Amino acid sequence: MERITTLSAEEIAEINAEAAHYEQPQAASIEALKIVQKYRGWVSDESVNAVAQLLNMSPAELDGVATFYNLIFRRPVGKHVLMLCDSVSCWIMGCDGVGTQLKNKLGIEFGETTADGQFTLLPVTCQGACDRAPVMLVDGELETHLDEHKITEILANQK
Amino acid sequence: METPLTQNIGPTKSPPSLQEYRANGGYRAAHKALLEMESQDILQLLQDANLRGRGGAGFPTGMKWSFVPMYKDRSEKRPKYLVVNADEMEPGTFKDRLLMEGDPHQLIEGIIISAYTLQAEVAYIFIRGEYQRSADLLNQAIAECKEQGLLGDNIMHSRFNLNIFVHTSAGRYICGEETALLNSLEGKRATPRAKPPFPQVSGLWGRPTVVNNVETICNVPHIVNHGAAWYKGLSLTEDAGTKIFGVSGRVKNPGAWELPLGTPVREIIEKYAGGMQDGYKLRGFLPGGGSTNFLTQEHLDLHMDYTSIGKAGSRLGTGTMIILDDKTCPVGMVRNLEHFFAQESCGWCTPCRDGLPWVEHILTEFEHGRGEIEDMDVLIRHTHLLGPGNTFCAHAPGAMGPLESALRYFREDFEEHIHSKSCPWGHGSGS
Repeated sequence: MERITTLSAEEIAEINAEAAHYEQPQAASIEALKIVQKYRGWVSDESVNAVAQLLNMSPAELDGVATFYNLIFRRPVGKHVLMLCDSVSCWIMGCDGVGTQLKNKLGIEFGETTADGQFTLLPVTCQGACDRAPVMLVDGELETHLDEHKITEILANQK
Repeated sequence: METPLTQNIGPTKSPPSLQEYRANGGYRAAHKALLEMESQDILQLLQDANLRGRGGAGFPTGMKWSFVPMYKDRSEKRPKYLVVNADEMEPGTFKDRLLMEGDPHQLIEGIIISAYTLQAEVAYIFIRGEYQRSADLLNQAIAECKEQGLLGDNIMHSRFNLNIFVHTSAGRYICGEETALLNSLEGKRATPRAKPPFPQVSGLWGRPTVVNNVETICNVPHIVNHGAAWYKGLSLTEDAGTKIFGVSGRVKNPGAWELPLGTPVREIIEKYAGGMQDGYKLRGFLPGGGSTNFLTQEHLDLHMDYTSIGKAGSRLGTGTMIILDDKTCPVGMVRNLEHFFAQESCGWCTPCRDGLPWVEHILTEFEHGRGEIEDMDVLIRHTHLLGPGNTFCAHAPGAMGPLESALRYFREDFEEHIHSKSCPWGHGSGS
C-alpha cells in the first residue's frame, strides 16, 4: 500500500481510533472527514483521496458521502462559519429578518465568504432549540434569541 | 405529578455525575435487570407497560424488540446491535437534546438494560453533528461507567459485556429514518433500505439491529424499577407513560415539559407555555413537529396522546408543537416546511426528489402573488402522488401532512393569495 502523505500523523491516528469502533472501517468515513475538517477547515480532493485510501473505499464513493452531508465542506470556508437556522419555528420568530441583517452587515449572500476571509454565512436546518428562536451556530456554538443588537455583538466579538 | 424522565433535569441543575446519578437511585434498574431478570422478563415488562416509540411513529417498543432472533445461550457470539437514534432533526423538536444534556447517565442506563435484553454487546448512539455538547457529555458518562465497571466486560459481575460508542453525524434529516440511519452508520449516503428484511433481522452489516429514539430508551430504567402498572398509571389516557411535550412559536413561555401522556393541548399551551403573546391569536398548530398535520382551535381540548391526535387526522409525532399565529402567513409557513423537506430529500426515489421541489416552487409562486386557481388542484394532486405507498420511505408522505391539512383548514388564505395577487402578510416575513 502506498504511504499516505497528505494526512498528518494526528489525523491518521484519530481516524484509525474511530474506525476501530466498527465491523468495517468505512463506517468511520463521516467522522474521518470531520477530523480532516477540524484540522484544515475544509475537505480538499487530496484529503478525499487520502481518507478513501485509509478506509479502503474508492474516492468516488467517499466523495458521494462527503457531498451528501451538509456539515462537510468541500470548499474552503472563512475563519468563522455562521449557520443561521431557517426552519419553521425560527421562521415564525423572524429568522428572515435576521438573515437580511446578517447579509447586509457582512455584504455577502448565503453560501458566500467575506472578502477578508473572516466569515462564511450558511443556512442550516432546525437546531433543536426552537424555544429560544431565532438561533444560529457560530463556529458550532449555539447563539439564541437573535435580534439586530445580538448580531452586532456576535460579529464584533468574532473579529 | 411524577416526572421520572426529568427528575434530575432543571434550569439550575447541571447534569449529574455518575456518583450523583447513583445517589438518586441511578443504575439500580440496570443492576436489577442484569442480575435478577432474563431477557424475556424485561421484554414482557415492556409489552405490559405498553411503551410506544417516542421518535415519531409511536410503534410499540416491546413488539419491535420481539422480532429480534434470540440466542438460547448468551455465550453465542454472533453480533447484534442496539442503535440509539439521537439524530433529532424534526423541525420544531427539542426534546432529546434536553434529555441528553440534562441527564446523560439516564440514557446510558437505558442502553445497558436494552442491550442486555436484546443480547447486543455493542451499542451506537447516532447523534447529529451539531449536538456537540450532548456528544461530549455522553462520552464523559461512558468513560465514568467504564471506570466503575458499568460498561465493558462482565458488567456488575453479570457476565454481560457491552461497549457503547457515540457516532456523530454531519447533517441530513433523512438519517432519522431507521434504515437510512443504518446506511449512514455504515459510512454511506443516507438512503433508506427496502423493508423487508427489517433491521431486527438484518440491520447494521446484516446483523440483527434495533433502532430506538433517545426518549424511548430513557423510559426503560423507570419501567424496570417501578413496573408496568405504575407506568400505565402515569398517563391520563390509554397510552402509557409521560412524554416530553414542547411548544414553540409566538407563546409567552416557549419550552419543554415532562407531562402525563394525554394532557390536553389547551393545558400545555395555556398553562405551561403561558398562552399566546399579547397581540397574537392562535390559528392552528402542528402537534408533533414539521411532518405532522395541522390541527386548529377546535382541537384544543384533545388529549395529547397517540390515539386522540391520530383520530383527529394528525400524529403525536415528537410531541413538540409549533404554533401558527394569526400574524403569520399559513402559506408561507407551509412553504418554509416544504423547502425543508425538498432540501432534505435524499433523492433516492423520483416522486420525492422531483415532487417536493415542485411543491415548494408552487408555494413560492403563491407567496409572490403569482399563484393561479389551477395550482390548488396541482397541490392537492401532489398530496396523493407523494402520499403513503407511492414513495420509498415516509419522508414525502410526512411532508404532505402539513400541506394537505393546510389546504383544508386554510384554503381561504391560499385563495386570497391568488385573488389579491400578493401575500396578505407581505411574503416571507414571519410576522
